[in-house]
Amino acid sequence: MSALEIRKVRKDFGSERVLKEVSLAIDSGEFLILVGPSGCGKSTLMNAIAGLEPVTSGEIHIAGEDVTWRTPAERDIAMVFQSYALYPSMTVRGNISFGLEMRKMPKAEREAAVERVADLLQMSHLLDRKPSQLSGGQRQRVAMGRALAREPKVYLFDEPLSNLDAKLRVDMRTEIKKLHQRLGTTIVYVTHDQIEAMTLADRIAVMRDGHILQLGTPDEVYNDPVDMFVAGFMGSPSMNFIAATLEGAPGRFQLRIVTPEEDDLVLPWPRQRETPAMTEQVGRDVVLGLRPEHFSEEDERLAGQAEGTPLSARVSVSEPTGADILLRLPLGEREVTARVGPTCRVAPGERLALRVDMARAVLFEQANETRLA
Amino acid sequence: MDNVIRRRTPAARLWRVALYAVLVVAALFYLLPLVVMVITSVKPLDEISAGSLLSLPMNPTLAPWTKAWGEACTGMRCEGVGGYFINSIAIVVPAVLISTLIGALNGYALTKWRFKGSELLFALMLFGCFIPFQVVLLPMAQTLGWLGISSSRAGLILVHVVFGIAFTTLFFRNFYVAIPTELVSAAKLDGAGFFRIFWRILLPVSAPIIVVSVIWQFTQIWNDFLFGVAFSAHDTQPVTVALNNLVNTSTGVREYNVDMAAAMIAALPTLLVYVLAGKYFVRGLTAGSVKG
Repeated sequence: MSALEIRKVRKDFGSERVLKEVSLAIDSGEFLILVGPSGCGKSTLMNAIAGLEPVTSGEIHIAGEDVTWRTPAERDIAMVFQSYALYPSMTVRGNISFGLEMRKMPKAEREAAVERVADLLQMSHLLDRKPSQLSGGQRQRVAMGRALAREPKVYLFDEPLSNLDAKLRVDMRTEIKKLHQRLGTTIVYVTHDQIEAMTLADRIAVMRDGHILQLGTPDEVYNDPVDMFVAGFMGSPSMNFIAATLEGAPGRFQLRIVTPEEDDLVLPWPRQRETPAMTEQVGRDVVLGLRPEHFSEEDERLAGQAEGTPLSARVSVSEPTGADILLRLPLGEREVTARVGPTCRVAPGERLALRVDMARAVLFEQANETRLA
Repeated sequence: MDNVIRRRTPAARLWRVALYAVLVVAALFYLLPLVVMVITSVKPLDEISAGSLLSLPMNPTLAPWTKAWGEACTGMRCEGVGGYFINSIAIVVPAVLISTLIGALNGYALTKWRFKGSELLFALMLFGCFIPFQVVLLPMAQTLGWLGISSSRAGLILVHVVFGIAFTTLFFRNFYVAIPTELVSAAKLDGAGFFRIFWRILLPVSAPIIVVSVIWQFTQIWNDFLFGVAFSAHDTQPVTVALNNLVNTSTGVREYNVDMAAAMIAALPTLLVYVLAGKYFVRGLTAGSVKG
């Protein structure tokens, strides 16, 4: 039985359809992340699950019960808001115990629950402060504590980290992951940050225009995207899309990339990655998707035995990040980003020998941006 | 000790002196009527007829105040304005409390529990702020008659509450619209209902706007004359009406000192409310509930 199941949920605002038949199911203890650009409907879906917005049609089930028309209070869920939404007039203790008090938990039990959560989140020393006396990270912690104290069936997180500064965000991300591993809670988490999605999720639902485009593990979504949108959205720097023409026949497909002022670049497509659909596309324009890490600099010591397809290009910009170096280089008509090791010494304007790991490349139809291979 | 860096040239200083001089004169000018009233109210009658308006009292006396409170004639009766002062309090206090509470509930419902047409309803309520009092005198008299509370304190309270709601709703609606709706969402998920959220979450952060609403309503209702004169009987008149009667009652010598004392009595409560509540006027009590 799923902890949370959404069946064909639609939501209209006036004449605008914000959610178009969204269906998904989450197992108990699963960490699901809804990710997508702003306006994709992820927050609307979250509000529908919480019961803050009625759905236009469809059903929402929590722990096997139909809660579509139940009030937020009756659904046994807790939510962490982007703005934290701490009650300003109450102390941290009051904030955490308010929900328990509303559920008529006896005072002694409430206090025990507050202590438990305060210990868990290491904020016992903050219990008697007001939200206005807390830093951003502490408020975030209290907001999580308020949710945890209730021990609901499902936790909802609505972009909980986006108001924190970069360093704190990474720390809290780790902390959320630890908490989830320890408590085994069921979490639905909305974010527009694909790194958060990759690092935290058991499964990711990539949304766009009120649809779920792809629902899968971080590995599936990252390495096996269903279309160009998902491929481009996940990953930073994002995937390079290179216009190419598909040539050849089964067993010897190749991609021809027309490069201005140079010879055409021809990349053979690995046999094990062929799909039947490719045959129909021979002679047509396709899009080759290569992530920055699919490139690597040619290592002379490994000459002759390195894997991947060799190519060379003139580097236009080199951006060292410390851990590695991002290179911009023209490939086909546009520039691509390649991620190489931090020891790669190359000046802008120089030619660099690279290898491309075609076994991990993905191929899209150009016309409808769907996956071809 | 203000927090500004200024030019320190002689000309700039001269300008500042001139500026302050003008401001002080203007302030004195506005203060003058109050000064005259206070001085006159503690002078014996012979000093008033002999001396000038601004001369200080030689033999200060509180007799005019006690007379104004308990003995001065307002029309046919000579019981002072004291009883009418109590009337005013008995009308103003419930009217202010009720209209503020209803305004707060309206503002809360209009911003945090939006429904179809809530914006239109608010616009219509706003219209109530612009209706001249005179327009409703007759229909209101009729309504009070139907309700059986004409010429009573309850009738006056009702009139002031009805007229006050437009303003108090406006105040609270504009205050609550700035309070993040996520606070209400969080409380809903925590299991609180409409009134509980209002009482436990919103009202505790509403102090600044409650003060505004109370000061506004208190001043409006206390100073009201038209409704007071139209909808009251002899024993339910507010102090403003009694003051008018007192000043207009002519029996022999005109007692300016008593008139002034009565006027001071009628004006003091509003002054007092400003002095006491003014400092709570603007306070960012919600600071910190959201990202700060």
